[in-house]
Amino acid sequence: MSDPIEVGYLRWIILAPLIGAAVNGLLGTRIQKAAGKNAIAAIAVVPVLISFLLALNAFRQLLALEPNQRVLLDVVSRWIHVGSLNVDMAFLVDPLSAVMILVVTGIGGLIHLYSVGYMHEEPSFWRFFAYLNLFMAAMLTLVLGDSLLTLFVGWEGVGLCSYALIGFWYKELANASAGSKAFLVNRIGDFGFVVGMFALFWGLAETGHGTLVVREIQQHAGLLADKTFWGFALPTFVTLALFVGATGKSAQIPLYVWLPDAMAGPTPVSALIHAATMVTAGVYMIGRLNFLFTMAPVTLHVVATIGILTAFFAATIGVAQYDIKKVLAYSTVSQLGFMFVAMGVGAYSAGIFHLFTHAFFKACLFLGSGSVIHALHHEQDMRHMGGLRKYMPVTFATFMVSTLAIAGIPPLAGFFSKDEILWKAFASPHGHWWIWLVGTITAGITAFYMARQVVMVFFGEYRGAHGGHHDDAHGSHGSKHGHAVGKPHESPGIMTLPLVVLAAGALLVGFLNVPGGLGGSHHFETWLAPVLEPAHEAPVHEPHGLVNKVEHAAEETLAHAEHDPLEYVLMGISVLVAFGGGLLAWLMYGLGKIDPRFFSDAWGGVPYRTVFNKYYVDEIYEAVFVNGALGLSKMLSAFDRIVVDGIVNGVATVTKLVAQADGAFDKYVVDGLVNLVGSGTMWIGARARAVQTGHIYSYLYAIVIGFVVIMFARLL
Amino acid sequence: MPTNVLTWMIFLPVIGAIVVLCLPRNAANLIRGTATFFTVPPLIMAVWLFQNFDRTTNEMQFVTKIPWIPSFNIQYFVGVDGISITMVLLTALLSFICIIASFGIEKAMKAYFALFLVLDAAMMGVFCALDFFLFFVFWEVMLLPMYFLIGIWGGPRREYAAIKFFLYTMVGSVLMLVAMLALYFYAEPHTFDLLELASRSSSYSTGFQRIAWIGLFIGFAIKIPAFPFHTWLPDAHVEAPTAISVILAGVLLKMGTYGILRINYPILPAATLDFAFYLLIALGTWNIVYGALCAMAQTDFKKLIAYSSISHMGYVMFGMATMTPEGINGAVLQMFNHGTVTAMLFLLVGVIYDRAHHREINGFGGLAGIMPFYTGWTALAFFAAMGLPGLSAFISEVLVLLGGWRNYPGLTIVSASAVVLTAGYMLWTMQRIYLGKPNEKYLDLPDINGREVFTLVPLGILVVVLGVYPRPILDLINVSLVHLNQVVAGKAQVALAAASRMVP
Repeated sequence: MSDPIEVGYLRWIILAPLIGAAVNGLLGTRIQKAAGKNAIAAIAVVPVLISFLLALNAFRQLLALEPNQRVLLDVVSRWIHVGSLNVDMAFLVDPLSAVMILVVTGIGGLIHLYSVGYMHEEPSFWRFFAYLNLFMAAMLTLVLGDSLLTLFVGWEGVGLCSYALIGFWYKELANASAGSKAFLVNRIGDFGFVVGMFALFWGLAETGHGTLVVREIQQHAGLLADKTFWGFALPTFVTLALFVGATGKSAQIPLYVWLPDAMAGPTPVSALIHAATMVTAGVYMIGRLNFLFTMAPVTLHVVATIGILTAFFAATIGVAQYDIKKVLAYSTVSQLGFMFVAMGVGAYSAGIFHLFTHAFFKACLFLGSGSVIHALHHEQDMRHMGGLRKYMPVTFATFMVSTLAIAGIPPLAGFFSKDEILWKAFASPHGHWWIWLVGTITAGITAFYMARQVVMVFFGEYRGAHGGHHDDAHGSHGSKHGHAVGKPHESPGIMTLPLVVLAAGALLVGFLNVPGGLGGSHHFETWLAPVLEPAHEAPVHEPHGLVNKVEHAAEETLAHAEHDPLEYVLMGISVLVAFGGGLLAWLMYGLGKIDPRFFSDAWGGVPYRTVFNKYYVDEIYEAVFVNGALGLSKMLSAFDRIVVDGIVNGVATVTKLVAQADGAFDKYVVDGLVNLVGSGTMWIGARARAVQTGHIYSYLYAIVIGFVVIMFARLL
Repeated sequence: MPTNVLTWMIFLPVIGAIVVLCLPRNAANLIRGTATFFTVPPLIMAVWLFQNFDRTTNEMQFVTKIPWIPSFNIQYFVGVDGISITMVLLTALLSFICIIASFGIEKAMKAYFALFLVLDAAMMGVFCALDFFLFFVFWEVMLLPMYFLIGIWGGPRREYAAIKFFLYTMVGSVLMLVAMLALYFYAEPHTFDLLELASRSSSYSTGFQRIAWIGLFIGFAIKIPAFPFHTWLPDAHVEAPTAISVILAGVLLKMGTYGILRINYPILPAATLDFAFYLLIALGTWNIVYGALCAMAQTDFKKLIAYSSISHMGYVMFGMATMTPEGINGAVLQMFNHGTVTAMLFLLVGVIYDRAHHREINGFGGLAGIMPFYTGWTALAFFAAMGLPGLSAFISEVLVLLGGWRNYPGLTIVSASAVVLTAGYMLWTMQRIYLGKPNEKYLDLPDINGREVFTLVPLGILVVVLGVYPRPILDLINVSLVHLNQVVAGKAQVALAAASRMVP
């Protein structure tokens, strides 16, 4: 492996937003009072811009290098060197992290800009941007960290910011508890991540190469192949534990439950953290450690299965939601499932590509929904919307483009990325036809619920004019908006500009990875090839794997030239299904030709109610895990108070009783004896006193009598 | 200064106590000022120690050694190595902070500050003493002021708590005394010199080591406090005034784990290896999980923090029992980090108790809207206690658990699962006290004041700086601990065949 090129500026990609967060976080109240919200906005937005420019520079620098030398490293300082653990504070950019930092800083920058408009009436404006900047710093640490430990610092850091931002309007207890829920569920995942990290470290340590630095892990990973742990192959154990972490962060079954609730946060947060960046961390992590996952086919099967199940179930839930953001939330869970399907079938670059395109269209959808919510004074129920295309043309147009993209309509971004995944799910040696089938059905459902949403929000007549309806999650915040109640209006330029840019992305970025079958050349995949090797390709243990990998990528590109005709057939099917799903929604909600009740009342309404109530998973978790933990804690606390402390107090009581008995013994027996001796002496003394009269003559009598008695005794 | 610096650090507070006693009773500010004045030089000396400490050796430094009671070969022998220096720094810092935090005391303040300074001296003495007899003397001297500080200035059940604390610790002291005398007479020629005793460790029979180990361990375990000897702690904390709680959790608990590292480990290494592998590691795990679960059930804010201390001290036991350089370094780092984090937590509980005069978690709500700065500080301390990256406890907990995995993957999984529980009770508390609608009753509570912030700032800085950059402490302790680990782990070639490879 060629040595990375040392550069000194990567740290500033992280430090810039971190400084922004520190300034706004520590001095924000004063700055906002003295210089106004624009100053706060500038302090927050400029660092992200700097990060973006630096990320672009890193990208440019990588482009200029040979593919197998595209690694930049910035070692900031020695960090933890204890025993065999040697971790430095170091940041690394390779083709994979370059993609990620461009997404994070690019889309993050747009969302920062949008937030300036969206949050302009928020009194705690400074606090919002401090959190948002801190999130950027954490997310960039996650992506740039050169070791698993640095990655984990970012991993938990983004969780913290997510917690703070979900509960941003903390005066509403529901928001605060949604934040807590997100944090806790993520912690379960983090626990898995930590376990995986430890097992990996000591597995490598046994071979003499204990390390957490990703490049070194990759170098020595081959040595782990024959190791076992608790009956698992070590790579399987490690990757499964890490995947638990991914299910938490990326909202997969069984830990997806926090993401829909996370919509309690301000909408730009949903767009940035809960759609475009943080939730993709699990996918990124698998990409980063793809060489390990490739060594663990069992894990890959688990990943693909969990991914496809999540994609399907979340999509079905999305069908029955009325909250504009909840639909998008379940859609995000579902799309993340698609990404995991790609990772699970070993098509890593396809997964990362979907991550990339999804970031554009889903961010655009969320920001679009935010624009709607903003215009309707925090109305989120789609039943009170409708006809908005007339009032909000820009929002409508961009929302429409993104909807087509996510539905997989060619030639928009989602088509290319999702189709790549479906094809790989079918054709990869780790794939299976049923994954493809469920995936295609899910694509149809996706088209359905997105079309349903567009129709309910933008088409028909506006249904919200009757009175100020305020059952939104933001509580009192909404009423602070000073807009005159009346016709909805388009959002200001600072909000629509990001929408337009993101929609343009949703329209175009798909062309970066046009498959060979459609006359493209897989630019994106080739770019990632030095990092991401498809799982069915060469084994990892080769010392010079990198060179081979690049060659393999080239071969693969060639292989696409002579194409499997089946790919076109599957592509056609999925496009047809997408159109079908959209058409059905249009018939039901647009034209009213089919009554939705036809479905919702079927089989006594049981399936519909089950889906509407999200399969009751929250209720089951609450009953089993939350109450279980609380019950156990109350039980142990009672045990502590009654038994453990009871024994202590019991010992004290017993000691006291013994002491009292001892005291009584002392008082009545020992002291009694003493007193007896005393009183006996006294008694004798009293009797004896009679003798002592004090008169000389009586003593003389006594002497004389005594003398006589003795004399008689001698004589006798 | 160099040779006698530790002696000055120990006895300056004693002089301070005498001076305070000579002051007129009503001169409140003079008493406060004098007490503060006598905690400043030790703090400055601590910084000096930090700068001049030789990080490349495991030898004792800044040693003073003079005969004290020659007929019994008892010496006044003080010095620091990598294990004790962090505790000396912590003691100096927390003593200073707690004097400031005690400014609100009005009842018999002369006695309070005098006793506090004596306590300060005794704590410093325990961490510096290298003669077992001297160690024991300081250990016992510490008890008395603590007893009065809880028993006179405490809450409603202060007498129960004070007596419980006193008796409990006395039980430990008796066992320690017996073990100490056993060691003294076992060694030929008789000595209390801890280094001497350690250098002869190979001559002690295994049976003797085990008995002495258990005696010492129970004495120290009560202090940590290890399950099942922990129930004095919640009571003592709940009743003690704020500053005393800070000292109790910040410094006193560390004496337990410090004692094990200073005495059990080097002097009785064979027994240590036996017991660490089964007893210590299991108790550590149990403390972590049990403490966290008990904390979750508490409704008294201070009691909750007390149980969280039990949980966090479990990491220290766990780390030192792992017999890996990672784990044992993590353990001592955790001792320091817990000292700063838990000190913040108790100071913060004190802030709200001073204002609302109760600590019922469910009796607040929405304080974030009323006291934003106070809430910000609490959030920092809570997240530090949860072991969030970027804050100090993260590094120590990761090191402890990472070290644990090598020999005890199963127990490490159990211990690591406590991160979920910890987050659970911390966030739940956060939510109940600080978030939601502001409680009508407390709308006019004043935010945290300048003096309170002053006590929190140094701790907050340490928590953040050591979270990002732990080397200042790790560099101090690493050499001594790697050596100590070698001394103990070197005894079991079979179990730890790879130990030598792990030492850099």
